[in-house]
Amino acid sequence: MLKIDNLQARIEEKEILKGINLEIKPGEVHAIMGPNGSGKSTLASVLAGREDYEVTGGSVDFLGKDLLEMAPEDRAKEGLFLAFQYPVEIPGVSTTNFIKTAVNEKRKYQGLEPLDAAQFLKTMKEKMQLVQINQSLLSRSLNEGFSGGEKKRNEIFQMAMLEPKLGILDETDSGLDIDALRIVANGVNQLRSKDNAFLVVTHYQRLLDYIVPDFVHVLYNGKIVRSGTKELALELEEKGYDFIKAELEATTA
Amino acid sequence: MEITSLNKAFEQKRSGSATLGTFEEQNWSSFDQWGLPALKHEEWKYTRIRTLFKEGMLVDGAVSSLSEETIHQHFLPGELAANAVVFVNGIYQSALSHYTAGTDQLIVKSLETAAGDEDADFVKKHLGHSQQYHKDGINALNGAFAAGGVFIRAKKGKQVVDPVVIYHFSDSTTGFRFSQPRILVHAEAASELQILETYIRIGSEESLTNEVIEICAETDAHVHYVKLQNEGTGASHTGTTHIRQLGRCTTHAVTITLSGMLVRNNLNMIMEAANSESHMYGLYLLNGKTLADNHTIVDNQMPNCLSNELYKGIMDEESTGVFNGKIFVRQDAQKTNAYQSNKNILIGNQSSANTKPQLEIFADDVKCSHGCTVGKLDENALFYLKARGIPDDKAKALLLHAFAVDVLDQIKSDAIRAYADQLISERLSYSE
Ligand SMILES: Nc1ncnc2c1ncn2[C@@H]1O[C@H](COP(=O)(O)OP(=O)(O)OP(=O)(O)O)[C@@H](O)[C@H]1O
Ligand SMILES: [Mg+2]
Repeated sequence: MLKIDNLQARIEEKEILKGINLEIKPGEVHAIMGPNGSGKSTLASVLAGREDYEVTGGSVDFLGKDLLEMAPEDRAKEGLFLAFQYPVEIPGVSTTNFIKTAVNEKRKYQGLEPLDAAQFLKTMKEKMQLVQINQSLLSRSLNEGFSGGEKKRNEIFQMAMLEPKLGILDETDSGLDIDALRIVANGVNQLRSKDNAFLVVTHYQRLLDYIVPDFVHVLYNGKIVRSGTKELALELEEKGYDFIKAELEATTA
Repeated sequence: MEITSLNKAFEQKRSGSATLGTFEEQNWSSFDQWGLPALKHEEWKYTRIRTLFKEGMLVDGAVSSLSEETIHQHFLPGELAANAVVFVNGIYQSALSHYTAGTDQLIVKSLETAAGDEDADFVKKHLGHSQQYHKDGINALNGAFAAGGVFIRAKKGKQVVDPVVIYHFSDSTTGFRFSQPRILVHAEAASELQILETYIRIGSEESLTNEVIEICAETDAHVHYVKLQNEGTGASHTGTTHIRQLGRCTTHAVTITLSGMLVRNNLNMIMEAANSESHMYGLYLLNGKTLADNHTIVDNQMPNCLSNELYKGIMDEESTGVFNGKIFVRQDAQKTNAYQSNKNILIGNQSSANTKPQLEIFADDVKCSHGCTVGKLDENALFYLKARGIPDDKAKALLLHAFAVDVLDQIKSDAIRAYADQLISERLSYSE
């Protein structure tokens, strides 16, 4: 589904991604962990098409297409979804209208008729259940004045509405209380199928108890320095990143 | 054009009205003295008003070939029940106007009539008050042609349910049209009145409308005023909306400018009574080479008043937005709260915004705040929308609409707000 090959990117003059390799197949869940500032959000942003980052090398294939050639909106319509680490507050844009516009833009792209008001409402009700989000929240301006947890829930709600092929979750768990974490994780699990895949960025093993990954990768200093199965996350939780750093220093020395 | 030959052209058109003659005479001599403002005039430094006055401009308001049918075609959408006051070429047309409110609520008559009947004292006392704030030839020139204007009165304690919509038609089919509508409004104590002014140019030649509307609100009156300008690229406008609070009351003004060549709006809130409130909102959504210049004045004269002002501008292409917000707080106006904010978004590479607050405070116990910003669309917000599959142009339109909406929301009448919203959404080429 997604094949990242030696991806390098920088912002202004600063190299941030220094050759990322990663392949994600349908049905898989991959977790990315790594210290602050290692480039996790950068990777997510580059995949979503943020123009501030300059891709300086490598390639990304998404469902047989050159992802890096596509505009951000087309990536979304092709089935890529980024749940933002910091969802943006947009006063004056109603959450419901925004989601309706997004859903219908995607349908148009797929050659489908737009959902009418009744169909849209029905789908919305279903998905609201899934992440247990409140109607009153959705009638407000997009993310405006939402609590940290409400913003994250809204991200997953949007993901449920848009049914992406690849969902990238950038620290969706941070800022969630224990109940919300379980609800959000449950929502994601219910969206999992053999046809879609998830890339979950997190700092905490806790989330991976709920969303059990097939693979865990450690991103450090712009590179994936270690990959393994879910046990790797447990090991990291226990030992921190120091042992990986130490190993790296040993090999480069 | 030489001012002397301009004067001659105007001189010939003087009305010699029995009731307004003296007023016109005084204004004529002021105009003679001041002439048209040049760029060196501090209040007009962005707005080249003189060049608009052209040899051969049509100054005779009485001449028009517009049919009743044409006029009615341009009325606002049918669902808008309204008291329609029609001006053609600056002259009030009672035969083309119609009212849903009865005469027990609302009186509309020619200014000349009002200046000679039971309202004569009021007219004598209040007509021309705005000139104290605009000692320039533009205001005086309008005063010199006050005949043909209209007088509107909302009666004591009455709520005029449907808005009073004032249509200003300019017939520019045969040449450059110059119109000078004059309006005096009296909102009696505890009356409620909504006014919408809108401008329609018919014909392919250019036009200039030089208007003065003076509104007096008595104790507990609610006056809600909307000015909606979408007259097209060939139309210029210089207008003064002068609102006086004679007793403790609340007044609102919303000014929306969507097109025009050169548009100058003066808006004055003269707060003459303690414990009053005034709100001023503005939105200018410009493109092409339009210049929209909003000059506002809030004059706090008495204690415990609140004034709130928010103007927003979106400038595309080569357009220019000018905002100048003056706030006076006079010596007696203790405990004044005055807020002012002007926010601009530049989209066009060649667009520009000029913004200037001017606070003149003579009382010591006051709270005043002002702020202005000139920026671009929020890139983070734009990316967020696009990351959900919303195309670039639509995402921009959504954000611009969101920027405009808090001004739009201030329009009280649902029908007028919906109409303005539709114009704005169409302009942003975005509809839900
Ligand atoms: N606009 C920018 N200008 C300069 N440096 C930037 C910019 N954006 C990101 N960086 C830098 O790039 C590096 C990687 O940032 P990124 O946000 O990808 O880290 P992260 O792995 O997601 O960290 P965290 O775990 O804290 O979320 C950081 O050092 C950051 O300061
Ligand atoms: Mg991050």
